[in-house]
Amino acid sequence: MAREGLRYQTFSRRAFLLAGAQGLAVTALGGRLYYLSVVEGEKYKLRAERNRVAIRLIAPERGEILDRYGRKLATNRQDFRVFLIPEQADEVANTLVKIGHIVKLDDRRLSRIERQIKRQRKFVPVTVAQGLDWATFAKVNVAVPELPGVVPDAGRSRFYPSGNEIAHLVGYTASPNEDDVALNPLYQLPGFKVGRQGLERRYEDRLRGSAGTRRVEVNSVGREIRELPPRQEADPGSNLQLTIDLALQKYTIDLLGEKAAGVVAMDIRTGEILTMASAPTYDPNEFTRGISSENWNALLKDPRKPLINKCVTGQYPPGSTIKPVIALAALEHGVVKPETEYYCNGRHRLGNHTFNCWKPGGHGRLDLLGAIAHSCDVYFYKVAEDLDVDNIADMVSRFGLGDLFDLGIDGEKAGMVPDRGWKRAVLNQPWHLGETLNISIGQGAMLSTPLQLAVLTSRLASGRRIFPSLVSLPGTDESKMKAFDAMDVNPLHLRVARRGMEMVTERGGTAHDYRRPKSAAKLAGKSGTAQVRRISKEERLEGVIHNDDLPWNMRDHALFIAYGPVEDPEIAVSVLVQHGGGGSSVAAPIARAVIDKALEIRHAPPAEETAPDAAGTTAEEA
Amino acid sequence: MGTARMFGPRRVDKSVFQRLGDLNWGIVFLNVLIACAGFAMLYSVAGGSWDPWASRQATRFIGAFALMLVIATVDIRYWMAFAYPAWFIGILLLLAVEVIGAIGMGGQRWLDIGIMRIQPSELMKIAVVMALARYFHGRNYDQSRSLRSLLTPAVLIMVPVALVVRQPDLGTGLMIVAGGAAILFLAGLPAWLFIAAGLLVAAAVPVGWQFMRDYQKDRVLTFLNPESDPLGAGYQITQSKIALGSGGLTGKGYLEGTQSQLNFLPEMKTDFIFTVLAEEFGLIGAVIVLALYTIVLAYGMLIGIGCRSQFGRLLASGLAMTLFLYVLINVAMVMGLMPVVGVPLPMISYGGSAMLTWMIAYGLILSVAIHRHVSLAPKGSGLG
Repeated sequence: MAREGLRYQTFSRRAFLLAGAQGLAVTALGGRLYYLSVVEGEKYKLRAERNRVAIRLIAPERGEILDRYGRKLATNRQDFRVFLIPEQADEVANTLVKIGHIVKLDDRRLSRIERQIKRQRKFVPVTVAQGLDWATFAKVNVAVPELPGVVPDAGRSRFYPSGNEIAHLVGYTASPNEDDVALNPLYQLPGFKVGRQGLERRYEDRLRGSAGTRRVEVNSVGREIRELPPRQEADPGSNLQLTIDLALQKYTIDLLGEKAAGVVAMDIRTGEILTMASAPTYDPNEFTRGISSENWNALLKDPRKPLINKCVTGQYPPGSTIKPVIALAALEHGVVKPETEYYCNGRHRLGNHTFNCWKPGGHGRLDLLGAIAHSCDVYFYKVAEDLDVDNIADMVSRFGLGDLFDLGIDGEKAGMVPDRGWKRAVLNQPWHLGETLNISIGQGAMLSTPLQLAVLTSRLASGRRIFPSLVSLPGTDESKMKAFDAMDVNPLHLRVARRGMEMVTERGGTAHDYRRPKSAAKLAGKSGTAQVRRISKEERLEGVIHNDDLPWNMRDHALFIAYGPVEDPEIAVSVLVQHGGGGSSVAAPIARAVIDKALEIRHAPPAEETAPDAAGTTAEEA
Repeated sequence: MGTARMFGPRRVDKSVFQRLGDLNWGIVFLNVLIACAGFAMLYSVAGGSWDPWASRQATRFIGAFALMLVIATVDIRYWMAFAYPAWFIGILLLLAVEVIGAIGMGGQRWLDIGIMRIQPSELMKIAVVMALARYFHGRNYDQSRSLRSLLTPAVLIMVPVALVVRQPDLGTGLMIVAGGAAILFLAGLPAWLFIAAGLLVAAAVPVGWQFMRDYQKDRVLTFLNPESDPLGAGYQITQSKIALGSGGLTGKGYLEGTQSQLNFLPEMKTDFIFTVLAEEFGLIGAVIVLALYTIVLAYGMLIGIGCRSQFGRLLASGLAMTLFLYVLINVAMVMGLMPVVGVPLPMISYGGSAMLTWMIAYGLILSVAIHRHVSLAPKGSGLG
């Protein structure tokens, strides 16, 4: 009985004890909560904000690339696209199937998307479709809530209105790779492209612009819920104005047609490149979109090498186009005088080797001007015997051969100016006089690019050390011209070389311009025909096989350099037609046409287009 | 026998309606209030929608509420008679889970009985308390103090715990042990025993570590240093603390919790619902809810203290203690004071099992309250 009371007392005491413990524990919880929410509340508020608010980049509009008159070479246009961010998608394959119900995705496209997904990091958006019409794009937008990771985007994409004409210069943009992303977080933005080739690549920093920022509320998987002000707009990229004249460029490309050729036209006074045409060409828009492997292979396999810019990457023996400079070197070193005469019987012997003139019967007696006008090989062999190769190398170098001009376009090559030092260093062999003879007619180891030949021509025509430029710089023609030093050669000797070139297009010259209308400017020029094969003694005896009877890739390269008008030279042109045949028959008419067109435009320039307005272009292109 | 004479013989056989009239309406009201807080939070977690959680939870609550009233009005002598059978049924259900789990290849905690899934481990929490209360009811003061009184309770506690831990559900296992220990303490076992047991447990921790599963070890490790793995296992507790802390004194406002509405919080509708509450209603809201729990549990303890029979006392206070552990573990867990062991906040977290346990327990506590003056024979239910 007392025992029962004791049991009850013990229970009650301990029950109160436990209740007290409960109270204490709850108080401890409350204390902890107080500590978290009041004492450390600010810290956690900040962290909650960091969770909630994400800074998103706003893509800047890429700067446009314009021609010298403000015509658009590279611009941006409205593009309805669909991206997929693999990281956010439930299941990529499944999601692609679902998108496929709305947007047609063929197998090749799908396999490319999958390859890209594998290659990239999972947060980098992959372009699933682009160039959609409005109706399809609207359907994608409706379906988006059920497709996590799918991002429809009414963005702007690069567009080259005259893609084929300017492909080799402007290059193209493409999807950034991991290296790009490491460089600038902008490249992570869906659909943001990086300049991958040509000027797009060289001037990437200038064209790209800088990102704007906006603050968005995001949920735990990064989906945007809403935007939070303020917003800092992106700084659009700067435009890039080129010296190229799009009309002339187009004209030249059309002129070249199916040929494998390169043409460079320069303003002699300013060094500005008006045209740099390489044919055949390709459409850079395909690269920006992502070229199909079919088209890509076709470009790679074409023997005429459309991807190569023949004006700067193609290195060819200059052939007889180098003769005015050889003549100049000979005059400068006192090896000949203008009136020095030699007799050409069609061949020249050196030791037990015979060097042939291009004209089988020979030219007979001629002086230096005649030798240039008729492109007599024997005359130059004789000159070369007294002219050291190092002197030749020095003179052609002064005219730009062997130089890189760094125009910002891809694949520029330096060509080759051989001399004794080079041969010793590379081949560890002494120089042979025979090689000098070969070089004197632009054959042998000497190589040049059409760009270098155009520079050479403008330096001959102006007597100044003209440097070519592709990107427009401020300043007048006069101020630009004064910026170039005079060539360090006797002006009288220069005039002889120029007179020789004038005679080339006159009656009796190798490129007699007999069809020239009275109104057209008088031109000076020099033809060249560069052999790509060796002509054997036997063949020479039997009669050299005519170019038309040879397979295409065995035919000679046709070259022509020209400037005009001779009275006051404005335009310099170099033309190369790969395996085209004779310089005077194939290349000279092209040079003539390009210079005429350039002069025509120069004397009636088109109205400068107004500064490009991004919004305006959207309206007309959307 | 002595008991009856001491307190005087007083038969209390009331009708069902009289018993309903005797209900502790305070407890009923507080439980409804807590449940409503739960509905409100589930509405918020669903982004401001009754569906899918709040509506279902309300439906469950109506069922559980009815069950609570039925249990409350059943004579406590029936409950005493049912104490051991309940324990055996619980063991059988746990074994059934074990067998089904073995067939289904994998840890499973519930049984599908068609209309609902029941978690035998939940029911076991109550059954163990009932059985222990029943056992000590038959032991007088001296018997209760003797160490021999430990043998049967040890079996009553350790057999279900072993089965539950095998599931594996360490959290529930520990709760059963702690609830059982509370009853042993209340029943009058010597205090030194509990101190010794506490020391033993501390010593056993390194040994127990060896037997823990990898995910259990991970939970403990991330508890000890959640920032070590902020995107992995520590993510939950880190985000929970951010939500609790950023709520401040008055909260961000109903439906305005950024951590919850933007899904940064894990398991919002279940284990971490208290966090949502604290984020949206702040320290004040959280303390009010904690106070509601504390008051309703204090009621349970007081009913125990005010009861005439040892069975009723131990049952009411033992259940209150078990339920308290529920709340304590959940809230301590979301605050980062305990490892994340997957214990829901009963009545507020989404899910039927914890709510059912809670409401059955309160049905029994209410029954104790109604029948507080009933004297029970030490051996048997006294139903004759």
